[in-house]
Amino acid sequence: MSYVAIADQHAHMHDPQTFLTRYVWSQDHKVIAIQYMVTAMAIGLVAIGLSMMMRLQLGFPDTFHFINPANYHQFVTMHGMIMVVYLLTALFLGGFGNYLIPLMCGARDMVFPYLNMVSYWVYLLAVLVLVASFFVPGGSTGAGWTLYPPQAILTGTPGAGWGIILMLVSLAFFIVGFTMGGLNYVVTVLQARTRGMTLMRMPLSVWGIFMATILALLAFPALLVSAIMMALDNQLGTSFFMPAIMSLGEQTGHKGGSPLLFQHLFWFFGHPEVYIVALPAFGIVSDLISVHARRHIFGYRMMVWAIVAIGVLSFVVWAHHMYVSGMNPYFGFFFATTTLIIAIPTALKVYNWVLTLWRGDVHLTVPMLFAIGFVFTFINGGLTGLFLGNVTVDVPLSDTYFVIAHFHMVMGVSPVLVVCGAIYHWYPKMTGRMTSEVLGKLHFWLTFVGTYAIFLPMHYLGILGLPRRYYEMGDTYFLPDSVQSMNAAISVAALFVAASQLIFLFNLAWSLKHGKPADGNPWRATTLEWQTPETPPRHGNWGPELPVVYRWAYEFGAPGHKEDFVPQNEAPDGRVPATHGQASHG
Amino acid sequence: MNITVAAVALVAGIYVWWLAVRRLTTKPWEAQGTYDGRDTAQMAGPAAARIGLWVFLAVATSFFALFITAYLMRMNPEAVKGVDLRDWRPVADPAILWVTTALLVAGSCGMQLASWALRRGDFQRARAGMLAGGLFAIAFLAGQWLAWRQLQAAGYYAAGNPANAFFYVLTGLHGLHLLGGLFVWGRAASRMYQGSTAGDSTRLSVELCTVYWHYLLLVWLVLFGLLLIT
Repeated sequence: MSYVAIADQHAHMHDPQTFLTRYVWSQDHKVIAIQYMVTAMAIGLVAIGLSMMMRLQLGFPDTFHFINPANYHQFVTMHGMIMVVYLLTALFLGGFGNYLIPLMCGARDMVFPYLNMVSYWVYLLAVLVLVASFFVPGGSTGAGWTLYPPQAILTGTPGAGWGIILMLVSLAFFIVGFTMGGLNYVVTVLQARTRGMTLMRMPLSVWGIFMATILALLAFPALLVSAIMMALDNQLGTSFFMPAIMSLGEQTGHKGGSPLLFQHLFWFFGHPEVYIVALPAFGIVSDLISVHARRHIFGYRMMVWAIVAIGVLSFVVWAHHMYVSGMNPYFGFFFATTTLIIAIPTALKVYNWVLTLWRGDVHLTVPMLFAIGFVFTFINGGLTGLFLGNVTVDVPLSDTYFVIAHFHMVMGVSPVLVVCGAIYHWYPKMTGRMTSEVLGKLHFWLTFVGTYAIFLPMHYLGILGLPRRYYEMGDTYFLPDSVQSMNAAISVAALFVAASQLIFLFNLAWSLKHGKPADGNPWRATTLEWQTPETPPRHGNWGPELPVVYRWAYEFGAPGHKEDFVPQNEAPDGRVPATHGQASHG
Repeated sequence: MNITVAAVALVAGIYVWWLAVRRLTTKPWEAQGTYDGRDTAQMAGPAAARIGLWVFLAVATSFFALFITAYLMRMNPEAVKGVDLRDWRPVADPAILWVTTALLVAGSCGMQLASWALRRGDFQRARAGMLAGGLFAIAFLAGQWLAWRQLQAAGYYAAGNPANAFFYVLTGLHGLHLLGGLFVWGRAASRMYQGSTAGDSTRLSVELCTVYWHYLLLVWLVLFGLLLIT
């Protein structure tokens, strides 16, 4: 056997000695994962707070005098940017990627632990620079999360002085930090899988995170390129993106730059970004559904191929964000076609989730509720995507609330439901304790019903023609008065949903001390992370010997077994692996 | 964007082909037992570092390809309502760029000689090659700096014309990548000058630096060609 156990250099793991090296300057992928998660959720709370400010203004205009048009736009911008990049990308790849890849692949750690640690600290720096931009003169940028030039760097825009520069610097840090982490995720999946863990035996969570990381590694450079050029336009007065333009009655020094070029670059990053967030969600939800329905995932190979196909296709659809930008109309035809093609592998995944549930032994646990909630919401959001993907339908709907409703359903609510489900699912492994099921279900129903109360009416508002990004509408002949009542109702729902997230946080904090102790494998799952000798797993994950994998990750209900599942590391002769099922608490 | 799309399509194509070779078609629910080690981890150490470098080169390729695409798109803007928007005035490329190109080629050769020498076990030559590779790279950077100074003196300011701005940005970012390489080079070279033999990590550093030097030479040749013909 040609296998060389370089993987198993336990002696070289440098077990951390002090509190500082164990929990702060840690190179352990599990600690780094939790650092990523906590940081991302903290900045995510800021973003929720910003959206509440927006909803207060939209629901009850002329009531809150601390919200003016300038800081309204700052709230819009920072809410979008934080949610997409600093929360979801960081949480899925930095958080779950870090936690799950080594454990699910049967590795002791990431292949470059030091780089992994630096990745987190650079991410934290990016977050801090971003937060700092709230406090500089002029405040954070209010250019909209897409940062379109020319207005992003013109003096009339909020935060045109310090804000935009700190935004660009923060993005640059984020990209550098992510690249370090991303190298780790890709190389770990390729190189550090344990014996027997072939690519086609990997859990779909790992597949989703792996493909999303590849997308991110190739797409984030587009954002970096545009950030560099915009910073130069701003600081050195170059004209990459800036056309000749009058600003506040004065001619700027720019001439001949192409705002359209920025849009191409931005969306060449921006569209893959949708799938950077969606693919890990797809993968994780596949595993949640399979485990909690006690049934193998339907069409595993199709699921893997669909992930790969979506990843490749996601690079050739970017201009469907730009139908109204004035680009060549023939482009629109091409991009509408590719956009509809990408619906095929996506729909295939949805069918497979539903077919996995079909005649499964569905346990409506908290993670399962969130997983099913995701499938619902993703279908709803995906269907409106078919409208917006077609040029002729998109043009009248562009820049209305319909667009807001679409992308919040498909890449806001859907991935967040998966994040919550995944945290409830893996919390027992991370902490050794179960979360409260009552609070979890309460959290689910408030969030699920609440988000529909927020975003379903927005489709209707969008069809009426209510434009997005407006501070207030005033009197408008094409909008009936009921629009304002509906906006107020949406705001009330939004406040409820935001408040119900406190239940989630309370549940996580309370369960840390008072939750029911979990044994090593409370969901009776097959994948390797549930077969660790200790719970939570210690540094090095596996004790003296790495696990050996004998089967795929979805062996449920196989005949001739005592239990209804077979762990991946159980040998064909039925020998129970030495590490299976043991638990230690404390 | 067409060049970028082509580059990404190429990367994606290679990737998909590679996956297919890796038997994306196996039926995992049928196969039991371990495989014979073909498809499992040989893990960490040198192999991981090598693959890590190649993944990073893919990222850097995406980065430079996007810049080149932006260059071409900015150079030839679409006419809007029949108005010709072209404002591109080419830079008179300083002759010193030919010298710096030669320096970079020399640097790459030095690194390659060091790699070959290490493989033969000729430590003295490896050390010399390594030193030459790094010093030529430093000389290249100095030459690029001189080119910038000459352009400034000739009145080609970054804000003056997009051609000038792109010149500074492309050469600057290429130089930054080389600086990053020199950081790794410096650590490996100092190890080589302290010891009399090459340990595993030094061997690996030399090998990876060589790949990186060749890559940056290739990027520079593409960029230089682009700057020359436009």
